[in-house]
Amino acid sequence: MAEFGDRRGKNLGKTDLYNGHMPGPDMLAAPSALRVAHIDNGLHIIVQEVHSAPLVSVWCWYRVGSGDERPGLTGVSHWVEHMNFKGTTNIPRDQMKGIVERFGGNWNGYTWIDQTTYLETAGRDALDTLLFIEAERMANGLYDADECEAERTVIISELQGGDNDPDQLLDNEVTATAFHAHPYRHPTLGWLPDLQTMSRDDLFGHYRRYYVPSNATLVVVGDVDADDVLRRAEKHFGGIADRPVPSRRRPAEPAQLGERRVTLEREGTTAYLKCAWRAPAAADAAFFPSLVLDAALTGAKGLNLWSSFRLAPPQRKARLYSALVDRGLASVVSGALLPTVDPFLYTISLTAMDGVGLPALESAFLETVETVRREGLRDEEIARAKRQLKARLVFDTDSVTNLAHQLGYFETVVGSGFFETLQSAVQQVTLDQVNDAARQWLGRETRTVGWFQPQEKRA
Amino acid sequence: MTTALGSGLSPARRELANGAVVTTQQTPMIPAVTISAAVRAGCVYEPDELPGLAYFTGRVIDRGTASRSASDLAEALDDRGVTLKVSVNRHVLTLSCTCLADDFADLLTIVADVLRAPSFPPHEVDTRRAEIVTRLKQDEENPAVRASEALQVLLYGPDHPYGRPAKGTLSSIERSDRDALRAFHASRFAPATLSLVVVGDVDGGRALDAVERAFEGWTSAVPPERDVPDVPPARERRRVDIEIPDKSQTDIAYGFTTISRLDPAYYAYWVMNTIFGQFGLGGRLAENIRERQGMAYYAFSAFDPSLGPGPLVIRAGVDPRNVERAIGAIDAEVRALGVDGPLPQELAETKQFLIGSIPRLLETNQAIASFLQTAEFFGLGLDHDRRLPSLIDAVEMNDVRRAAAAVLDPDRAALAVAGPPVP
Repeated sequence: MAEFGDRRGKNLGKTDLYNGHMPGPDMLAAPSALRVAHIDNGLHIIVQEVHSAPLVSVWCWYRVGSGDERPGLTGVSHWVEHMNFKGTTNIPRDQMKGIVERFGGNWNGYTWIDQTTYLETAGRDALDTLLFIEAERMANGLYDADECEAERTVIISELQGGDNDPDQLLDNEVTATAFHAHPYRHPTLGWLPDLQTMSRDDLFGHYRRYYVPSNATLVVVGDVDADDVLRRAEKHFGGIADRPVPSRRRPAEPAQLGERRVTLEREGTTAYLKCAWRAPAAADAAFFPSLVLDAALTGAKGLNLWSSFRLAPPQRKARLYSALVDRGLASVVSGALLPTVDPFLYTISLTAMDGVGLPALESAFLETVETVRREGLRDEEIARAKRQLKARLVFDTDSVTNLAHQLGYFETVVGSGFFETLQSAVQQVTLDQVNDAARQWLGRETRTVGWFQPQEKRA
Repeated sequence: MTTALGSGLSPARRELANGAVVTTQQTPMIPAVTISAAVRAGCVYEPDELPGLAYFTGRVIDRGTASRSASDLAEALDDRGVTLKVSVNRHVLTLSCTCLADDFADLLTIVADVLRAPSFPPHEVDTRRAEIVTRLKQDEENPAVRASEALQVLLYGPDHPYGRPAKGTLSSIERSDRDALRAFHASRFAPATLSLVVVGDVDGGRALDAVERAFEGWTSAVPPERDVPDVPPARERRRVDIEIPDKSQTDIAYGFTTISRLDPAYYAYWVMNTIFGQFGLGGRLAENIRERQGMAYYAFSAFDPSLGPGPLVIRAGVDPRNVERAIGAIDAEVRALGVDGPLPQELAETKQFLIGSIPRLLETNQAIASFLQTAEFFGLGLDHDRRLPSLIDAVEMNDVRRAAAAVLDPDRAALAVAGPPVP
């Protein structure tokens, strides 16, 4: 049950989705046609047959994340996610354990700023059971008061485990500093005081508000028959009544008027620097130029929030790697730009090489960024970035689990018709667009700089 | 409906004239190929005075060869969207990468060049050394790393190769120079120590031929093996506490030494550990510590045997005020399984789970490559995935009881606890 405090993204280039064909390079093994359906209560269903292994991956996505929370209830989406593994009317608590494992399967879930999702990957014979589990999760969660209370300390433990990592701690502070109004400002796990005071009714209310068929997308990928999947989905989900979902009215973030800074000072050995700029939302025309820009600066990651970031990016010729790592100023440089509903952040994270001070590191870093803004990137840098993204978008779909994630993520965060355009959108980006993106988005006035300044051991 | 891997893997294997072993498996999921090159150049082969040398070698080996500069290599990899990943464990250094199928031939040539003729440029050695020093200092303030490394020392002693920190120490890394790296490469990298696996969208026979060409002409003496020293049996409970201020959570590492992967009891231990600390969220451990007591986000155990007796390590991250309560819960679970063994239902559902999970464990090219490397290293056979169900199914209640009784005893446990002072 993961939460992504760090930025992870995901991506896939694929053809033949949504029963259609896309122009551009056919980079993926041609699957059978994607099947898309709605049932009467509004549940959206996506099915992709993939017969490469006797497996099925089922994901159920909800359009609710920490960006939909209000002050005082931060972290409620993530906590609700945890509670949705704690038993339902027809799957009592003590029967949850083992129900997926019986089919050799694993299960998980995660919450981030725009979405909450649940998954199981198991032997194909598990299909009916997995659909039953997800239907139960949608409609019949128990939210036993004692179970809610027991989970409070588990979640606080998850929060504290993340706080042990200076990079994670700094990320939370930088994000909170970068936003004044938009709920993207708080961590997905929530703030500790809210986790200490939230009640069972808060959790259950959130669950009932957002866990309805018309706010969900069911994705099934694997060694299945699409017609059979749709029949079974109708059987399990068809009886769940729809209810109106609150409209997503998030406070708009006002324009940033100047650079913001935050410094953490704690006992430690290593200095960290983060710089976060306001970034375009996924549907913004500037998103793909910005993605190529990130690849040229720090190496391409792909866009799979579930798996991309497990594979280090190819970055040895990337601008910031050459300028900072090869010159011995930083030991790590990474960039993160993810597809989000509203404008989020483009964050570059640096670990200072032992003995290098943050002022020197920041100076070299910002000078490199300013050079890119002033002089632009070179043709070969853009070509390399696009080739990298082409490969990484393929790698993003290397299993039924990862393909299912990609289908669900883009449907939930951006909407139908986006996923199949990823490869062509990247390839159509021009040098001028990337250089424009650098000038427009990487300015001094829209950045937030964070320092983790280690302090000597106290006597 | 066809299932390409529905009835299991069908790898092809060839031993080259120079002694290297190549295994290939074609898969259809995406137009990509994973190359995995495992060399018997892990920590156990390091000179005793230079722990971390294998790790250091892995950090520099792909930074220049006799015919390609660091910049040339970087460009060749980056232009194809490829990252070379080098990992080091007790016995093996593994270099792996995934590329688009169209780039397979080019990447194979690069991988062969890196393995055969790294040049260890002085500037690269210095830069990577500084990176490792930075990493070691980061580890100093990481409770999870500190607890895990301290536990290895408690279990094996500071001089046993299984007890040494894989990344070395500040002192050993500072003392490791270019000559040491070159000498380590010369002593351990040879056809006879190489197992190369290719998995992906490439014809198996074509891949075998390509690998044979890439390593043609590479000859070298067979490096000597190095026996794993004996591990003295634990006779008492040992514990070390490490204080790391300004942290929020304490990490507990609690463990035992077990058996070799080659021990016939391996499958019984695997089943036992799954029941104990893996099934579902983390077996009996998570059921107690997380689900019933709400003390930790993670509580699990990992069983990691190798040629020598590997460890069984229990891990949990808890509020510093709950450390003793969590250790008490671990003790109770250790004692319960060690004394009483599992319930019949646990054994049945765990065997069913492990057998059913085999296709899922082979879901990606990287996972298949890793599986085939393990099979080659331990001599498990090309049909290991097909034999696994019967091997697991043959595990009986008494086998698991014996495994649990042999290992799980709180009075012989080693504990390392790292975190902030109790408030």
